[in-house]
Amino acid sequence: MSNASPERDGGARERLQRWLPKLVLSPSCVLVLFFVYGFIAWTSYISFSDSGMMPDYTWVGLHQWSRLWTSWTWGIALHNIWVFGLLYIVSCIVLGLILAILLDQRIRAEGVLRTIYLYPMALSFIVTGTAWQWFLNPGLGLEKTMHDLGWQSFSFNWLIDSNMAIYTVVIAAVWQATGFVMAMFLAGLRGIDGEMIKAAQIDGAPAWKIYARIIIPQLRPVFLSAVVVLAHLAIKSFDLIVAMTGGGPGNATAVPATFMYSYAFSRNEMGIAAASAVFMLAVIAALIIPYLYSELREPRS
Amino acid sequence: MSAASPTARRGLATRAVLYAILALFAIVYLMPLYVMLTTSFKTLEEIHQGNMLALPGQWTLDPWREAWGSACIGLECNGVHGYFFNSIKIVVPAVLISGLLGAFNGYVLTKWKFRGHKIVFGLMLFSCFIPFQIILLPMARVLGILHLANSTGGLVLVHIVYGIGFTTLFFRNFYASFPDELVRAAQLDGAGFFTIFFRILLPASVPIIVVTIIWQFTNVWNDFLFGVSFASGDSAPITVALNNLVNSSTGVKAYNVNMAAAMVAAVPTLIVYILAGKYFLRGLMSGSVKG
Repeated sequence: MSNASPERDGGARERLQRWLPKLVLSPSCVLVLFFVYGFIAWTSYISFSDSGMMPDYTWVGLHQWSRLWTSWTWGIALHNIWVFGLLYIVSCIVLGLILAILLDQRIRAEGVLRTIYLYPMALSFIVTGTAWQWFLNPGLGLEKTMHDLGWQSFSFNWLIDSNMAIYTVVIAAVWQATGFVMAMFLAGLRGIDGEMIKAAQIDGAPAWKIYARIIIPQLRPVFLSAVVVLAHLAIKSFDLIVAMTGGGPGNATAVPATFMYSYAFSRNEMGIAAASAVFMLAVIAALIIPYLYSELREPRS
Repeated sequence: MSAASPTARRGLATRAVLYAILALFAIVYLMPLYVMLTTSFKTLEEIHQGNMLALPGQWTLDPWREAWGSACIGLECNGVHGYFFNSIKIVVPAVLISGLLGAFNGYVLTKWKFRGHKIVFGLMLFSCFIPFQIILLPMARVLGILHLANSTGGLVLVHIVYGIGFTTLFFRNFYASFPDELVRAAQLDGAGFFTIFFRILLPASVPIIVVTIIWQFTNVWNDFLFGVSFASGDSAPITVALNNLVNSSTGVKAYNVNMAAAMVAAVPTLIVYILAGKYFLRGLMSGSVKG
């Protein structure tokens, strides 16, 4: 570089400077294009192929998809994700909103309480699952504790009851995520314009009415964010179910994510596994893309 | 502000009820952690006889010792300590490299805009939200081809690739509000691409660096799906080891050892959360895109 004539050196440097930004960005672009979008394309193709234990690129049309759709376990998985997702989203939002409103009343220990409500979010789902599995253990956990306290008829065996096991996962999942939803609502509450509230107070409106008519309607964007974030977490949920119930008893707590994993890695049915993964992606994309689009379009300036 | 909160000025009774409800919630939230901790200090005998909520009658460190050094996971009986160090070996390079890439990406996407920068960012952003099931099958094959299957190196690669989206999001949103004038002024003074980044933007980036590191650290440390899919046996991270310990142990279930192992897996992220909760929350909030 230093040997070159000043003029040529300047030109090369300028060209380098012009290309440098794109050069720096390109490794990430290559990685994302290959490992995200290339992989999505590959998995999508596999879902239309004859792949079993090994990839087989013979095109078989909707064969794997129809096998997926007639699978008994997949039916259970879809049913479970509906039940789980709905209860999870609604409970987190209701509890999160209540906690946020309660915390927004000039609470003295707000910082400490917020820290307590939010800490489960820092834990691994595997830790959460391990803890709750123990906490709800039919022989030694909550049930025994209640018996010791004198409530002899208390019975709680949901963890090993096929009809109820999915609800134990809901309980643990809600415990983990409520604090996060609360933080979102709290940030929303702090951003509300106080003028209308003051006006309503002067008019003598009762507190609940002010919340129902003025404050909660203004939190609509937070509701939207919370629903999108929670729904996408629900569809992806895998770890917690593996740790708490292992998808059992039997198949009772199977969800799409555990279904996909078992067909991919233990049953060696790549085609069906790929189809289930594409289905999950499609649902999330339908949810996330419009949301991201509207979020990013908002003017920043 | 809470000053405008309609129930801010209320009677003593109302406030007492309010505090009681909040305290009750706090107890419910702390209960699992409390039970986990106390169980990990009890003897198995006491667990079978005593009450789950009671403090240990006789404190013992044996469950922790066993979980760390001698509990059986699969066929080996060396406890979780090896897997704990696996997780560290995965987390440190994955966090640093994905963070560095994200910082550069955010810098280019805000200060060196080019045609199509929005599309590039959109593609990276969407990659944060994909269900990772969609990449499990091809990734398993690619790691096999690269001879990275069942290695911590393979997991480092996976976490870098799927971390770029979030780290780019954090830095991009942060640099978007960094004044362009400063960058332009430096350019007029003859400062180049890297000089501007290292001398002007990076020194002002401490908060977002902390947010990114905490976010990535928590995510990578807590990962289970990638670990269980791509690393079996000796190279597994702590979460996979914990799950194997708890859910496939044969014979008598050693609940106290399980809880001690769960605490070992939980302590690093809990410490980070307690020390830097503010930054953790900021990451969460940006993770829900509003940024």
